[in-house]
Amino acid sequence: MQHYSMNLKLKVWRQKNSHDQGHFENYDVKDISSEMSFLEMIDVLNERLIKEGHDSIAFDHDCREGICGMCSMVINGQPHGPWKGTTTCQLHMRAFKDGDVITIEPFRANAYPVIKDLMVSRSAFDRIIQAGGYVSVNTGNAVDGNAIPIEKDKADDAFAAAACIGCGACVAACKNASAMLFVSAKVSHLALLPQGEPERKQRVVSMIAQMDKEGFGSCTNTYACEAECPKEISVMNIARLNREYLQSSLSGS
Amino acid sequence: MNWTQLFSSSIGKKIVMALTGIFLVVFLVVHCYVNANVFFEHPEMNFNKAAHFMGTNFLVRLTEIGLFAGFLLHIFQGYKLELQNRSTRTSRYAVTAGNKTSKWYSRSMAILGTLILLFLIIHLAHFWVPSRITGLEEVTYDGQVYHNLYLEMQNVFAQPLSVAIYLLGCFSLSWHLLHGIQSASQTMGWTSKNYFPMIKKTGTIFSILIPFIFALMPLHFYFSWPTIKGAFTLLF
Repeated sequence: MQHYSMNLKLKVWRQKNSHDQGHFENYDVKDISSEMSFLEMIDVLNERLIKEGHDSIAFDHDCREGICGMCSMVINGQPHGPWKGTTTCQLHMRAFKDGDVITIEPFRANAYPVIKDLMVSRSAFDRIIQAGGYVSVNTGNAVDGNAIPIEKDKADDAFAAAACIGCGACVAACKNASAMLFVSAKVSHLALLPQGEPERKQRVVSMIAQMDKEGFGSCTNTYACEAECPKEISVMNIARLNREYLQSSLSGS
Repeated sequence: MNWTQLFSSSIGKKIVMALTGIFLVVFLVVHCYVNANVFFEHPEMNFNKAAHFMGTNFLVRLTEIGLFAGFLLHIFQGYKLELQNRSTRTSRYAVTAGNKTSKWYSRSMAILGTLILLFLIIHLAHFWVPSRITGLEEVTYDGQVYHNLYLEMQNVFAQPLSVAIYLLGCFSLSWHLLHGIQSASQTMGWTSKNYFPMIKKTGTIFSILIPFIFALMPLHFYFSWPTIKGAFTLLF
Protein backbone atom coordinates (compact mmCIF):
# COMPACT_ATOMS: atom_id res chain seq x y z
CA MET A 1 0.00 0.00 0.00
CA GLN A 2 1.21 3.48 -0.91
CA HIS A 3 2.72 5.51 1.95
CA TYR A 4 0.96 8.81 2.60
CA SER A 5 0.90 11.54 5.20
CA MET A 6 -2.14 13.07 6.81
CA ASN A 7 -3.43 15.90 8.97
CA LEU A 8 -5.82 14.93 11.73
CA LYS A 9 -8.07 16.47 14.33
CA LEU A 10 -7.82 14.72 17.69
CA LYS A 11 -10.35 14.97 20.49
CA VAL A 12 -8.48 13.69 23.53
CA TRP A 13 -9.81 13.07 27.04
CA ARG A 14 -7.77 15.00 29.59
CA GLN A 15 -8.17 14.29 33.30
CA LYS A 16 -5.70 15.35 36.01
CA ASN A 17 -6.47 12.50 38.42
CA SER A 18 -9.25 10.18 39.58
CA HIS A 19 -11.02 13.02 41.39
CA ASP A 20 -10.97 15.42 38.44
CA GLN A 21 -14.11 15.69 36.29
CA GLY A 22 -12.17 15.41 33.03
CA HIS A 23 -12.89 17.02 29.66
CA PHE A 24 -12.07 16.73 25.96
CA GLU A 25 -9.36 18.84 24.37
CA ASN A 26 -8.88 19.32 20.64
CA TYR A 27 -5.50 19.00 18.95
CA ASP A 28 -4.50 19.38 15.30
CA VAL A 29 -1.68 17.04 14.29
CA LYS A 30 0.08 17.51 10.96
CA ASP A 31 2.20 15.40 8.59
CA ILE A 32 1.47 12.07 10.26
CA SER A 33 2.92 9.14 8.31
CA SER A 34 0.61 6.27 7.41
CA GLU A 35 3.40 3.93 8.55
CA MET A 36 3.43 5.23 12.14
CA SER A 37 1.76 3.27 14.89
CA PHE A 38 -1.10 4.99 16.72
CA LEU A 39 1.05 5.40 19.84
CA GLU A 40 3.88 6.92 17.77
CA MET A 41 1.38 9.47 16.50
CA ILE A 42 0.61 10.40 20.13
CA ASP A 43 4.38 10.45 20.85
CA VAL A 44 4.77 13.07 18.10
CA LEU A 45 1.95 15.15 19.59
CA ASN A 46 3.41 14.78 23.11
CA GLU A 47 6.86 15.99 21.96
CA ARG A 48 5.19 19.09 20.56
CA LEU A 49 3.16 19.63 23.76
CA ILE A 50 6.31 19.34 25.88
CA LYS A 51 8.20 21.79 23.63
CA GLU A 52 5.30 24.23 23.94
CA GLY A 53 5.43 23.89 27.72
CA HIS A 54 2.14 21.96 28.06
CA ASP A 55 1.43 18.81 30.00
CA SER A 56 1.87 15.74 27.79
CA ILE A 57 -0.96 13.21 27.34
CA ALA A 58 -0.55 10.29 29.74
CA PHE A 59 -1.21 6.84 28.26
CA ASP A 60 -0.22 3.27 29.12
CA HIS A 61 2.20 1.27 26.98
CA ASP A 62 5.03 -1.17 27.42
CA CYS A 63 6.09 -3.77 24.84
CA ARG A 64 4.49 -2.14 21.78
CA GLU A 65 4.44 -5.63 20.27
CA GLY A 66 0.82 -6.47 21.13
CA ILE A 67 1.62 -8.99 23.85
CA CYS A 68 1.90 -7.19 27.19
CA GLY A 69 -1.67 -5.90 27.56
CA MET A 70 -0.65 -2.45 28.81
CA CYS A 71 -1.91 -0.21 26.01
CA SER A 72 -5.57 0.68 26.16
CA MET A 73 -7.63 3.68 24.91
CA VAL A 74 -11.02 3.76 23.24
CA ILE A 75 -10.55 5.12 19.72
CA ASN A 76 -13.70 6.37 17.99
CA GLY A 77 -15.82 4.26 20.33
CA GLN A 78 -13.78 1.06 19.95
CA PRO A 79 -11.28 -0.26 22.52
CA HIS A 80 -7.90 -0.58 20.73
CA GLY A 81 -9.38 1.12 17.66
CA PRO A 82 -10.97 -0.08 14.42
CA TRP A 83 -8.79 -3.05 13.48
CA LYS A 84 -9.98 -6.53 14.50
CA GLY A 85 -7.72 -8.60 16.77
CA THR A 86 -5.25 -5.73 17.22
CA THR A 87 -3.95 -3.82 20.25
CA THR A 88 -3.60 -0.01 20.14
CA CYS A 89 0.19 -0.31 19.81
CA GLN A 90 -0.21 -2.48 16.70
CA LEU A 91 -2.82 -0.21 15.18
CA HIS A 92 -1.21 1.79 12.40
CA MET A 93 -2.13 5.19 11.03
CA ARG A 94 -2.99 3.69 7.65
CA ALA A 95 -6.29 2.81 9.35
CA PHE A 96 -7.10 6.54 9.02
CA LYS A 97 -7.19 9.07 6.23
CA ASP A 98 -6.35 12.75 5.84
CA GLY A 99 -8.79 15.04 7.63
CA ASP A 100 -10.20 12.38 9.98
CA VAL A 101 -11.47 13.40 13.42
CA ILE A 102 -10.36 10.86 16.02
CA THR A 103 -11.94 10.76 19.49
CA ILE A 104 -9.64 9.17 22.08
CA GLU A 105 -11.04 8.23 25.48
CA PRO A 106 -9.83 6.10 28.39
CA PHE A 107 -11.35 2.65 29.10
CA ARG A 108 -14.43 3.71 31.05
CA ALA A 109 -15.68 1.61 33.97
CA ASN A 110 -16.10 2.40 37.66
CA ALA A 111 -13.87 -0.61 38.38
CA TYR A 112 -11.14 1.11 36.29
CA PRO A 113 -10.50 4.49 37.96
CA VAL A 114 -8.65 6.96 35.73
CA ILE A 115 -5.11 7.61 36.98
CA LYS A 116 -4.46 10.39 34.48
CA ASP A 117 -5.78 11.24 31.00
CA LEU A 118 -5.94 7.90 29.12
CA MET A 119 -4.32 5.81 31.88
CA VAL A 120 -6.63 3.70 34.02
CA SER A 121 -5.92 1.41 36.96
CA ARG A 122 -6.61 -2.20 36.02
CA SER A 123 -5.49 -3.52 39.43
CA ALA A 124 -8.93 -5.11 39.84
CA PHE A 125 -7.77 -7.77 37.33
CA ASP A 126 -4.67 -8.46 39.45
CA ARG A 127 -6.86 -9.00 42.52
CA ILE A 128 -9.11 -11.41 40.57
CA ILE A 129 -6.01 -13.42 39.56
CA GLN A 130 -4.77 -13.34 43.17
CA ALA A 131 -8.13 -14.79 44.27
CA GLY A 132 -7.48 -18.04 42.40
CA GLY A 133 -6.14 -17.63 38.89
CA TYR A 134 -3.03 -19.67 39.49
CA VAL A 135 -1.75 -23.19 40.10
CA SER A 136 -0.22 -23.70 43.55
CA VAL A 137 3.30 -25.04 43.25
CA ASN A 138 4.82 -27.11 46.00
CA THR A 139 8.55 -27.21 46.63
CA GLY A 140 10.72 -29.45 44.53
CA ASN A 141 11.66 -29.51 40.89
CA ALA A 142 9.16 -28.34 38.32
CA VAL A 143 7.60 -31.26 36.45
CA ASP A 144 8.34 -31.35 32.74
CA GLY A 145 5.13 -29.98 31.16
CA ASN A 146 5.50 -32.26 28.15
CA ALA A 147 5.53 -35.35 30.40
CA ILE A 148 1.80 -34.86 31.17
CA PRO A 149 -0.41 -36.16 28.34
CA ILE A 150 -3.14 -33.67 27.30
CA GLU A 151 -5.76 -34.19 24.56
CA LYS A 152 -5.03 -32.07 21.49
CA ASP A 153 -8.49 -30.38 21.52
CA LYS A 154 -8.18 -29.41 25.16
CA ALA A 155 -4.61 -28.19 24.71
CA ASP A 156 -5.74 -26.03 21.79
CA ASP A 157 -8.68 -24.54 23.72
CA ALA A 158 -6.51 -23.95 26.79
CA PHE A 159 -3.88 -22.25 24.65
CA ALA A 160 -6.49 -20.05 22.92
CA ALA A 161 -7.82 -18.99 26.35
CA ALA A 162 -4.30 -18.41 27.68
CA ALA A 163 -3.72 -15.93 24.85
CA CYS A 164 -5.68 -13.38 26.96
CA ILE A 165 -3.27 -10.55 27.80
CA GLY A 166 -5.58 -9.05 30.46
CA CYS A 167 -5.76 -5.66 28.72
CA GLY A 168 -9.36 -5.05 29.82
CA ALA A 169 -10.78 -4.22 26.38
CA CYS A 170 -13.66 -6.63 27.17
CA VAL A 171 -14.67 -4.49 30.16
CA ALA A 172 -14.28 -1.30 28.13
CA ALA A 173 -16.43 -2.67 25.28
CA CYS A 174 -19.17 -4.21 27.42
CA LYS A 175 -22.25 -2.07 27.98
CA ASN A 176 -22.31 -3.45 31.54
CA ALA A 177 -18.55 -3.12 32.12
CA SER A 178 -18.51 -6.87 32.77
CA ALA A 179 -15.21 -8.71 33.23
CA MET A 180 -16.65 -12.11 32.30
CA LEU A 181 -14.54 -12.63 29.16
CA PHE A 182 -11.30 -12.02 31.06
CA VAL A 183 -12.31 -14.22 34.02
CA SER A 184 -13.64 -16.94 31.70
CA ALA A 185 -10.36 -17.02 29.77
CA LYS A 186 -8.33 -17.40 32.96
CA VAL A 187 -10.70 -20.04 34.42
CA SER A 188 -10.89 -21.97 31.11
CA HIS A 189 -7.14 -21.95 30.61
CA LEU A 190 -6.58 -23.72 33.94
CA ALA A 191 -9.79 -25.82 34.05
CA LEU A 192 -8.87 -27.53 30.77
CA LEU A 193 -5.43 -28.63 31.93
CA PRO A 194 -4.57 -31.41 34.40
CA GLN A 195 -2.30 -28.99 36.28
CA GLY A 196 -5.33 -26.85 37.15
CA GLU A 197 -7.53 -29.77 38.23
CA PRO A 198 -6.81 -29.90 42.02
CA GLU A 199 -7.99 -26.31 42.60
CA ARG A 200 -10.59 -26.27 39.84
CA LYS A 201 -13.76 -25.97 41.94
CA GLN A 202 -12.53 -23.44 44.49
CA ARG A 203 -10.80 -21.35 41.83
CA VAL A 204 -13.93 -20.43 39.88
CA VAL A 205 -15.94 -19.62 43.02
CA SER A 206 -13.19 -17.39 44.47
CA MET A 207 -12.50 -15.57 41.20
CA ILE A 208 -16.20 -14.81 40.62
CA ALA A 209 -16.59 -13.60 44.23
CA GLN A 210 -13.66 -11.21 43.70
CA MET A 211 -15.00 -10.12 40.30
CA ASP A 212 -18.35 -9.19 41.89
CA LYS A 213 -16.57 -7.39 44.75
CA GLU A 214 -14.65 -5.22 42.29
CA GLY A 215 -17.90 -3.77 40.92
CA PHE A 216 -17.90 -5.19 37.39
CA GLY A 217 -21.32 -5.65 35.79
CA SER A 218 -22.91 -8.98 34.92
CA CYS A 219 -22.77 -10.52 31.46
CA THR A 220 -25.83 -10.06 29.25
CA ASN A 221 -24.33 -11.93 26.29
CA THR A 222 -24.18 -9.07 23.79
CA TYR A 223 -20.74 -10.42 22.73
CA ALA A 224 -19.23 -6.94 22.19
CA CYS A 225 -16.27 -8.24 24.25
CA GLU A 226 -15.42 -10.97 21.74
CA ALA A 227 -15.72 -8.50 18.84
CA GLU A 228 -13.27 -6.09 20.48
CA CYS A 229 -10.81 -8.51 22.10
CA PRO A 230 -7.34 -7.98 20.57
CA LYS A 231 -6.62 -11.68 21.15
CA GLU A 232 -10.03 -12.77 19.84
CA ILE A 233 -10.89 -14.75 22.98
CA SER A 234 -14.11 -16.69 22.30
CA VAL A 235 -17.31 -16.14 24.31
CA MET A 236 -17.57 -19.94 24.46
CA ASN A 237 -15.20 -19.52 27.40
CA ILE A 238 -17.99 -17.62 29.18
CA ALA A 239 -20.31 -20.62 28.67
CA ARG A 240 -17.56 -22.82 30.16
CA LEU A 241 -17.18 -20.39 33.10
CA ASN A 242 -20.94 -20.55 33.74
CA ARG A 243 -20.79 -24.37 33.63
CA GLU A 244 -17.79 -24.50 35.96
CA TYR A 245 -19.46 -22.09 38.39
CA LEU A 246 -22.78 -23.95 38.43
CA GLN A 247 -21.07 -27.33 38.85
CA SER A 248 -18.87 -26.04 41.70
CA SER A 249 -21.88 -24.47 43.40
CA LEU A 250 -24.07 -27.56 43.10
CA SER A 251 -21.33 -29.85 44.39
CA GLY A 252 -21.04 -27.62 47.47
CA SER A 253 -17.52 -26.28 46.93
CA MET B 1 -20.69 -22.11 48.99
CA ASN B 2 -24.43 -22.18 49.71
CA TRP B 3 -27.62 -21.34 47.78
CA THR B 4 -27.75 -17.75 49.04
CA GLN B 5 -24.23 -17.12 47.78
CA LEU B 6 -25.03 -18.76 44.44
CA PHE B 7 -28.12 -16.67 43.74
CA SER B 8 -26.60 -13.42 44.99
CA SER B 9 -23.57 -13.78 42.69
CA SER B 10 -23.59 -12.16 39.25
CA ILE B 11 -23.76 -15.58 37.53
CA GLY B 12 -26.49 -16.79 39.91
CA LYS B 13 -28.67 -13.77 39.12
CA LYS B 14 -28.27 -14.49 35.43
CA ILE B 15 -29.20 -18.15 36.01
CA VAL B 16 -32.47 -16.97 37.58
CA MET B 17 -33.13 -14.87 34.46
CA ALA B 18 -32.32 -17.81 32.18
CA LEU B 19 -34.40 -20.43 34.03
CA THR B 20 -37.48 -18.19 34.39
CA GLY B 21 -37.03 -17.14 30.75
CA ILE B 22 -36.98 -20.77 29.56
CA PHE B 23 -40.09 -21.49 31.65
CA LEU B 24 -41.87 -18.53 30.04
CA VAL B 25 -40.83 -19.78 26.59
CA VAL B 26 -42.49 -23.14 27.34
CA PHE B 27 -45.63 -21.25 28.44
CA LEU B 28 -45.64 -19.40 25.10
CA VAL B 29 -45.75 -22.70 23.21
CA VAL B 30 -48.72 -23.96 25.25
CA HIS B 31 -50.54 -20.61 24.97
CA CYS B 32 -49.95 -20.51 21.21
CA TYR B 33 -51.18 -24.10 20.79
CA VAL B 34 -54.42 -23.47 22.71
CA ASN B 35 -55.16 -20.20 20.89
CA ALA B 36 -54.43 -21.70 17.46
CA ASN B 37 -57.87 -23.35 17.73
CA VAL B 38 -59.33 -20.10 16.40
CA PHE B 39 -57.77 -20.78 12.98
CA PHE B 40 -59.46 -24.17 12.48
CA GLU B 41 -62.98 -25.54 12.02
CA HIS B 42 -65.56 -24.95 14.82
CA PRO B 43 -63.28 -22.28 16.29
CA GLU B 44 -65.71 -20.97 18.90
CA MET B 45 -66.54 -24.33 20.51
CA ASN B 46 -63.04 -25.79 20.31
CA PHE B 47 -61.34 -22.65 21.64
CA ASN B 48 -63.84 -22.18 24.47
CA LYS B 49 -63.52 -25.84 25.47
CA ALA B 50 -59.71 -25.64 25.43
CA ALA B 51 -59.81 -22.40 27.46
CA HIS B 52 -62.20 -24.09 29.89
CA PHE B 53 -59.75 -26.96 30.33
CA MET B 54 -56.89 -24.52 30.96
CA GLY B 55 -58.99 -22.61 33.47
CA THR B 56 -60.32 -25.56 35.45
CA ASN B 57 -57.69 -28.32 35.38
CA PHE B 58 -56.00 -28.56 38.79
CA LEU B 59 -52.49 -29.12 37.43
CA VAL B 60 -52.81 -26.24 34.97
CA ARG B 61 -54.06 -23.93 37.72
CA LEU B 62 -51.16 -24.99 39.93
CA THR B 63 -48.73 -24.24 37.10
CA GLU B 64 -50.45 -20.87 36.68
CA ILE B 65 -49.24 -19.88 40.16
CA GLY B 66 -45.73 -20.86 39.06
CA LEU B 67 -46.23 -18.86 35.90
CA PHE B 68 -47.10 -15.68 37.80
CA ALA B 69 -44.14 -16.28 40.12
CA GLY B 70 -41.90 -16.83 37.06
CA PHE B 71 -43.10 -13.62 35.43
CA LEU B 72 -42.60 -11.56 38.60
CA LEU B 73 -39.13 -13.03 39.23
CA HIS B 74 -38.07 -12.46 35.60
CA ILE B 75 -39.38 -8.87 35.66
CA PHE B 76 -37.97 -7.82 39.05
CA GLN B 77 -34.61 -9.56 38.61
CA GLY B 78 -34.36 -8.10 35.08
CA TYR B 79 -34.89 -4.54 36.28
CA LYS B 80 -32.56 -5.07 39.24
CA LEU B 81 -29.78 -6.36 36.95
CA GLU B 82 -30.36 -3.53 34.47
CA LEU B 83 -29.99 -0.91 37.22
CA GLN B 84 -26.90 -2.66 38.64
CA ASN B 85 -25.33 -2.91 35.20
CA ARG B 86 -26.05 0.73 34.42
CA SER B 87 -24.35 1.78 37.65
CA THR B 88 -21.02 0.19 36.65
CA ARG B 89 -20.11 3.04 34.29
CA THR B 90 -20.97 6.50 35.62
CA SER B 91 -18.67 8.25 33.13
CA ARG B 92 -20.20 7.58 29.67
CA TYR B 93 -18.37 7.30 26.35
CA ALA B 94 -18.61 10.25 23.97
CA VAL B 95 -18.50 7.86 21.00
CA THR B 96 -19.79 4.27 21.03
CA ALA B 97 -19.28 1.41 18.58
CA GLY B 98 -23.07 0.98 18.30
CA ASN B 99 -24.11 -1.86 16.02
CA LYS B 100 -20.55 -2.59 14.84
CA THR B 101 -19.84 -4.96 17.72
CA SER B 102 -23.23 -6.05 19.07
CA LYS B 103 -26.86 -6.28 17.98
CA TRP B 104 -29.19 -3.44 19.02
CA TYR B 105 -31.79 -5.83 20.45
CA SER B 106 -29.19 -7.57 22.63
CA ARG B 107 -28.46 -4.18 24.21
CA SER B 108 -32.16 -3.27 24.52
CA MET B 109 -33.59 -6.20 26.49
CA ALA B 110 -34.87 -3.97 29.30
CA ILE B 111 -36.69 -1.65 26.87
CA LEU B 112 -38.15 -4.59 24.92
CA GLY B 113 -39.07 -6.24 28.23
CA THR B 114 -40.83 -3.07 29.37
CA LEU B 115 -42.86 -2.98 26.15
CA ILE B 116 -43.82 -6.64 26.72
CA LEU B 117 -44.75 -5.83 30.35
CA LEU B 118 -47.03 -2.97 29.25
CA PHE B 119 -48.59 -5.29 26.68
CA LEU B 120 -48.99 -7.99 29.34
CA ILE B 121 -50.93 -5.63 31.66
CA ILE B 122 -53.32 -4.70 28.81
CA HIS B 123 -53.56 -8.37 27.77
CA LEU B 124 -54.44 -9.55 31.31
CA ALA B 125 -57.05 -6.77 31.58
CA HIS B 126 -58.57 -7.87 28.26
CA PHE B 127 -58.84 -11.59 28.93
CA TRP B 128 -57.55 -12.91 32.26
CA VAL B 129 -59.44 -10.44 34.50
CA PRO B 130 -62.89 -10.99 32.86
CA SER B 131 -62.34 -14.75 32.70
CA ARG B 132 -61.24 -15.17 36.32
CA ILE B 133 -62.71 -12.21 38.21
CA THR B 134 -65.32 -9.95 36.60
CA GLY B 135 -67.06 -12.63 34.55
CA LEU B 136 -67.83 -13.32 30.89
CA GLU B 137 -70.86 -14.17 28.77
CA GLU B 138 -71.64 -17.86 28.87
CA VAL B 139 -72.36 -20.42 26.18
CA THR B 140 -73.64 -24.01 26.38
CA TYR B 141 -72.24 -26.98 24.45
CA ASP B 142 -73.73 -30.48 25.00
CA GLY B 143 -75.49 -29.28 28.13
CA GLN B 144 -72.34 -27.90 29.75
CA VAL B 145 -71.78 -24.18 30.41
CA TYR B 146 -68.56 -22.51 29.22
CA HIS B 147 -67.16 -18.96 29.30
CA ASN B 148 -67.43 -17.43 25.83
CA LEU B 149 -63.82 -16.25 25.65
CA TYR B 150 -64.03 -16.49 21.86
CA LEU B 151 -66.65 -13.72 21.85
CA GLU B 152 -64.35 -11.63 24.04
CA MET B 153 -61.57 -12.09 21.46
CA GLN B 154 -63.96 -11.00 18.70
CA ASN B 155 -64.93 -7.88 20.70
CA VAL B 156 -61.36 -6.92 21.62
CA PHE B 157 -59.97 -7.45 18.12
CA ALA B 158 -62.76 -5.47 16.49
CA GLN B 159 -60.97 -2.33 17.69
CA PRO B 160 -58.03 -1.21 15.50
CA LEU B 161 -56.16 0.22 18.53
CA SER B 162 -56.19 -3.20 20.27
CA VAL B 163 -54.94 -4.87 17.08
CA ALA B 164 -52.09 -2.33 16.87
CA ILE B 165 -51.15 -2.87 20.55
CA TYR B 166 -51.12 -6.66 20.08
CA LEU B 167 -48.99 -6.41 16.94
CA LEU B 168 -46.50 -4.18 18.78
CA GLY B 169 -46.50 -6.69 21.65
CA CYS B 170 -45.70 -9.57 19.25
CA PHE B 171 -42.99 -7.49 17.60
CA SER B 172 -41.33 -6.69 20.96
CA LEU B 173 -41.62 -10.33 21.99
CA SER B 174 -39.90 -11.46 18.81
CA TRP B 175 -36.86 -9.21 19.31
CA HIS B 176 -36.75 -10.08 23.03
CA LEU B 177 -36.71 -13.82 22.24
CA LEU B 178 -34.18 -13.40 19.43
CA HIS B 179 -31.58 -12.46 22.03
CA GLY B 180 -33.17 -14.21 25.02
CA ILE B 181 -33.14 -17.81 23.83
CA GLN B 182 -29.49 -18.02 22.83
CA SER B 183 -28.53 -15.86 25.83
CA ALA B 184 -30.30 -18.22 28.25
CA SER B 185 -28.46 -21.19 26.69
CA GLN B 186 -25.15 -19.38 27.08
CA THR B 187 -25.89 -18.45 30.72
CA MET B 188 -26.81 -22.05 31.54
CA GLY B 189 -23.50 -23.13 29.99
CA TRP B 190 -25.20 -25.30 27.37
CA THR B 191 -23.38 -23.69 24.46
CA SER B 192 -20.12 -24.82 22.94
CA LYS B 193 -18.43 -24.01 19.65
CA ASN B 194 -20.02 -27.07 17.99
CA TYR B 195 -23.59 -26.44 19.16
CA PHE B 196 -23.78 -22.65 19.30
CA PRO B 197 -24.70 -22.12 15.61
CA MET B 198 -27.52 -24.69 15.92
CA ILE B 199 -28.84 -23.13 19.15
CA LYS B 200 -28.78 -19.67 17.54
CA LYS B 201 -30.66 -20.94 14.45
CA THR B 202 -33.29 -22.78 16.52
CA GLY B 203 -33.72 -19.66 18.69
CA THR B 204 -34.14 -17.48 15.61
CA ILE B 205 -36.78 -19.76 14.05
CA PHE B 206 -38.68 -19.93 17.36
CA SER B 207 -38.47 -16.15 17.90
CA ILE B 208 -40.01 -15.48 14.51
CA LEU B 209 -42.50 -18.35 14.32
CA ILE B 210 -44.28 -18.11 17.69
CA PRO B 211 -44.81 -14.30 17.71
CA PHE B 212 -45.89 -14.57 14.04
CA ILE B 213 -48.63 -17.09 14.90
CA PHE B 214 -49.71 -14.87 17.82
CA ALA B 215 -49.75 -11.82 15.52
CA LEU B 216 -52.06 -13.65 13.09
CA MET B 217 -54.76 -13.93 15.79
CA PRO B 218 -55.82 -10.25 16.10
CA LEU B 219 -55.55 -9.96 12.29
CA HIS B 220 -57.68 -13.10 11.86
CA PHE B 221 -60.50 -11.54 13.89
CA TYR B 222 -60.14 -7.98 12.59
CA PHE B 223 -60.29 -9.04 8.94
CA SER B 224 -62.71 -11.95 9.62
CA TRP B 225 -60.45 -14.44 7.84
CA PRO B 226 -62.10 -17.83 7.17
CA THR B 227 -61.08 -20.86 9.20
CA ILE B 228 -58.96 -23.65 7.78
CA LYS B 229 -61.61 -26.24 6.76
CA GLY B 230 -61.11 -29.96 6.97
CA ALA B 231 -57.93 -29.55 8.91
CA PHE B 232 -57.31 -31.18 12.26
CA THR B 233 -58.64 -29.49 15.39
CA LEU B 234 -56.55 -28.78 18.41
CA LEU B 235 -58.77 -30.25 21.09
CA PHE B 236 -58.16 -31.17 24.68
